[in-house]
Amino acid sequence: MKTDDLINAIAADAKSVEPPIAQTVAMAVGVGALISALIFLWTIGIRDNFAESMATSLRFVFKFVLTLSLAIPAYVLVRGLSRPDFQPGKKLWLLALAPALLLIGIALELLSVPPDEWHARMIGHNSVACLILIPLLSLAPLAAVLYALRCGAPANPAIAGAVGGLLSAGIGATLYASHCLDDSPLFLAAWYTIGIVVMTGLGALIGSRILRW
Amino acid sequence: MRAAIAGDQAAYRRLLSELSQALRGVVRRGFAGVGVPASEVEDVVQDVLLAIHLKRHTWDQTLPLGPWVIAIARNKMIDDLRRRGRRPEVPVDLSEFDFEGEDQQASIDAHDVERILGRLTDKNRDIVQSISIDGQSARDVAERLGMSEVAVRVALHRSLKALADTYQEKKL
Repeated sequence: MKTDDLINAIAADAKSVEPPIAQTVAMAVGVGALISALIFLWTIGIRDNFAESMATSLRFVFKFVLTLSLAIPAYVLVRGLSRPDFQPGKKLWLLALAPALLLIGIALELLSVPPDEWHARMIGHNSVACLILIPLLSLAPLAAVLYALRCGAPANPAIAGAVGGLLSAGIGATLYASHCLDDSPLFLAAWYTIGIVVMTGLGALIGSRILRW
Repeated sequence: MRAAIAGDQAAYRRLLSELSQALRGVVRRGFAGVGVPASEVEDVVQDVLLAIHLKRHTWDQTLPLGPWVIAIARNKMIDDLRRRGRRPEVPVDLSEFDFEGEDQQASIDAHDVERILGRLTDKNRDIVQSISIDGQSARDVAERLGMSEVAVRVALHRSLKALADTYQEKKL
């Protein structure tokens, strides 16, 4: 086909424009998080002393500071990575926020708790549930984020998928944290991170396959 | 591009026409020295134009258009080179391409479009050809085929997507 002929066809299709990609990403993440939250509330739900813990336990509050310090930067990056011309540059440092906070949390925990309790706090009450439920609660957000990225045009499919996985894990971990009885940063470092790494890897794997355009 | 996103067909055609000329230079320069035959430059330009069209909602209107277009062109050029890496088609005699005339270029392009259009249904093929090659408006085509104008536009949009997918599949 002559290029000018193709241009005729494309110009005739001028009215088919989709909503701006940032809007699609926001909608998808909102819907994915909402579905996961509803499933979460209908099945395992928040823990009984949620309100009390929120008011009295710094460790409990720290769990949300940590998971949101992961989810919010990942969201900002996913929104950018959905565009082909996005240069992450300095914004990549946003992803260092959660690991840095976690290290501070671990240091404070080690200083405030006697060494003979360290092991018990790290093992916690129910690490198996944590390992399984964080990825499960991340699935709906992951599907939604990957859908939005597919509507976009990521320059690097694997990286976009990985950060999408990270975002979904941030959402899943935030939900699970409100159920989980283990509040020690040692527990978060040992078990939450596994689920988060799994989702990041899954996002990269799926992303590299379905996010080409 | 803002006017085009708002649905201004004439402004869109002008923009695409200017972009296609700029892109031809960009792709030719990008491929210089890699041993890509001239016949493939036009294929890549068309692939880029389709991607610009189908992904125009990923342009952030607060940013300049140029870097976004270049980013799409770069992506498609890398795709093309990767494809060639798997199925190298280095011409046996490079001098042959120095004498390549307009007609030969046209025949190569026609071959591509036949293959791609061959995958569409008869009706969709008719719609694409009427609008692109014969330059008819969507309304004319709708009247002739007894369809609504919206249905013609939807068919055209689907066909363009199928066209872009075909470019995509060539790398498999």
